Amino acid sequence: MRTNLASEASPLSRRDLIKAGAAGILLVSFRLPIARAADESFAPNGFIRVGNDDVVTLIMPQVEMGQGIYTSVGMILADELDADFNKVVLEHAPPDEKLYANPAFHIQATGGSTSVRAFWMPLRKAGATARAMLISAAAQQWNVEPSSCRASNSEVIHDGSGRKVGFGALAAQAATQKPPSDPPLKPLKDFTLIGKPIPRKDTPEKTNGTAQYGIDVMPSGVQFATIAECPVFGGKVGRVDDTKARAIKGVRQVVVLDDLVAVVGDSTWTAMQGLGALDVTWDEGPNVAIGSAEVWDALRKASKGEGVVAKEQGDVKAAFAAGDRYEAVYELPFLAHATMEPLNCTVHFTKDACEVWTGTQVVARVQSEVAKALGLPIEKVTVHNFLIGGGFGRRLEPDMAVKAARIAQHVEGPVKIIWRREEDMQHDVYRPVYHDALAASVKDGKITGWTQRITGAAIIARWLPPAFQKGIDIDAVDGATDNPYGVPNVRVEYVRAEPPAVPTGFWRGVGANNNFFASESFIDELAHRAGADPVAYRLNMLDATPRLKAAVQLAASKSGWGGALPARTGRGISAQTAFASFIATVCEAEVDENGEVRVHRFVSAVDTGIAVNPDTIVAQLEGGLIFGLAAALFGEITIAKGRVEQSNFHDYRMLRINEAPKIEVHLISSTEFPGGIGETGTTAAPPALTNALFAATGVRLRRLPIDRDALAGRKPV
Amino acid sequence: MISLKINGQPRDVDTSPDTPLLWALRDLLGLTGTKFGCGIAQCGACTVHVDGEAVRSCQLPIGSVGERAITTIEGIGATDAGAKVQKAWLDLEVIQCGYCQSGQIMSAAALLAHTSNPSDDDIDAAMAGNICRCGTYVRIRAAIKKAAAA
Repeated sequence: MRTNLASEASPLSRRDLIKAGAAGILLVSFRLPIARAADESFAPNGFIRVGNDDVVTLIMPQVEMGQGIYTSVGMILADELDADFNKVVLEHAPPDEKLYANPAFHIQATGGSTSVRAFWMPLRKAGATARAMLISAAAQQWNVEPSSCRASNSEVIHDGSGRKVGFGALAAQAATQKPPSDPPLKPLKDFTLIGKPIPRKDTPEKTNGTAQYGIDVMPSGVQFATIAECPVFGGKVGRVDDTKARAIKGVRQVVVLDDLVAVVGDSTWTAMQGLGALDVTWDEGPNVAIGSAEVWDALRKASKGEGVVAKEQGDVKAAFAAGDRYEAVYELPFLAHATMEPLNCTVHFTKDACEVWTGTQVVARVQSEVAKALGLPIEKVTVHNFLIGGGFGRRLEPDMAVKAARIAQHVEGPVKIIWRREEDMQHDVYRPVYHDALAASVKDGKITGWTQRITGAAIIARWLPPAFQKGIDIDAVDGATDNPYGVPNVRVEYVRAEPPAVPTGFWRGVGANNNFFASESFIDELAHRAGADPVAYRLNMLDATPRLKAAVQLAASKSGWGGALPARTGRGISAQTAFASFIATVCEAEVDENGEVRVHRFVSAVDTGIAVNPDTIVAQLEGGLIFGLAAALFGEITIAKGRVEQSNFHDYRMLRINEAPKIEVHLISSTEFPGGIGETGTTAAPPALTNALFAATGVRLRRLPIDRDALAGRKPV
Repeated sequence: MISLKINGQPRDVDTSPDTPLLWALRDLLGLTGTKFGCGIAQCGACTVHVDGEAVRSCQLPIGSVGERAITTIEGIGATDAGAKVQKAWLDLEVIQCGYCQSGQIMSAAALLAHTSNPSDDDIDAAMAGNICRCGTYVRIRAAIKKAAAA
């Protein structure tokens, strides 16, 4: 039985109520956007729609990819609106940059741990505006002062008379009210949802198989396809012999474009079988001589070349002339995203229009890029967004939709294109390789000067060109230009170096991953060289950053910092002001005589300002730490003959439950403006780990993933 | 035509017997709760039960299933262990993106059906075949223990 999307999208009366029996929660499932008749609803802005049937619909500008944002965004809107959160309907936003652009990027995008920070005020104002207009409508009906009315649980109440009216009954009249220019926002103490651990809206459906990801969509008559691009980056299709593929029962079509082939079948399996039987000769192109050695040579060579100054403070030259100089170089490898939901996109192309179903972090960009690729006016491209089975930055790219649409152009009826895991891993946009050269001057035991020279790709220059100014990639230097330790003389330089052949993109933790690995390792090195305790050393320099200082103190105390440990076991700390949050993390790790590492425990303390949904924040830290730890322990994409050498989870290893440490996250209560959280665990884990490994073994690892031979003393670092 | 028994219902599939159960479920029977992750039994996203045993459906040709009873994520809530696992998963808010969680829940339900009070080692052995990229392992472990105690 296939879900028919045509009926899925139509009648409003159907409210999609699903009883999540196990939990006893009444949950309203997500719907595709629905056009409602204007006269039956109150829609004061792009985020809220109140129907005369009492249904309050909240439209989600940011996509749900596991971070809990649908619940957090819903809570912010519903709190200011005073809507009954148990009964709201959540809806994916359609592509519309005017209504839903992320204020941090000015495009419709979910990433960079910006959702709550960027939408906090716009959502509160949207909710408060709607509440004021509903109250005004009720006051008009009752002929009383609006100030004598209040809203609660989707009703307006007049306490003086005890009268109540539901939002639905007010919808039509509310729509005629003048929107207030400056609606009163709730004081923090009046929040009924924000700050409380509210059960997530998306999780009941995820326990029983009914949640719909892009890969699950089944338009009526859909066929199934799988894709292969030239394994060498930049290569093209040469010759294709499809005789054997076409002989397979269920294979319906072979699509050959200049840069890819796709096989269409009556199931994904037959399509995969067909692809396997396809005899393709690739025109491998100019990159076939590129390997990892060439990539690293080019990066290191570029690191000696000209860069741009991203930050200059004090007199670095004088500081270094007067103090002792220390230097270290850190490097990070290419990484794949390896989202659990492989790349996929379903497209129905008709001669003058195109319908796209996919889970994306950039729904408007998918629409515009598909329109461009197919030569269609943008309004002829409809895009339906879905729950995402892992984004981590991969779905900030529209490439899968563009390729799928180009294939669908040659297919009659809707076609669902699923990338095999191998294809997904070998045609990713990779976390760039980075090379960081750090130097510090130390005088009388104090760090007097600090330089950091960052060499790596400028993803921003490609992804958000208006933000790439004066040669500085604001992502590549993020976390380096606001060192929290109060060093008086600082220079940060950036050298743009695009790796040969290999496409790069954002990866959870983004540029801050690189900069905190380098700076938090280097601070640790300086502490040890000074004979100081790494926690005490940091605390001494954090008076100007009290929120981070408090986090370091809490993480140290909760982790039992300084307490005795068995042989070859050590604790390491990382501290970061990242994405407007303040986080300290202690890692406890053990190294055996073969250099194998067992991470026993992470303890994090986090001040992220107002914690909208506190348990979600704890979960993001837990997950982010695991994500960063997996990369630090195992993650590296290598290149040979112009192609990625890894292909699936057997050779691109993930952390598994038997390897996962215990994790404690301590939230520091705060009334400050909310910070970002999704990336922060990922940036915190690697330096905490390598600092712990140094404490355990005396071996300083300056490159990831960790080198077990070096830890075992089988080779020098 | 191949006849299968899925979640207690007879279902007929008209396709080649070497088709992996995963793709028959997803593409031909519309049971999309079972997920494709790797295709080589490395990630566990496609885990279903065959006669109560956790099996990677991406490696199981439908022609080899025979009379054995298949249970998928859509049907696991009807079992005692499955219902307890689903409830514990929500009580402890295990899930993030959720894509791997059908497989995690199926592996956990099979574990609890066989081992009513699993140790950490039992959990490691039963669950190490299921990858979660969001890193929900800490809560998965806690939720299995909670479900066992329920």
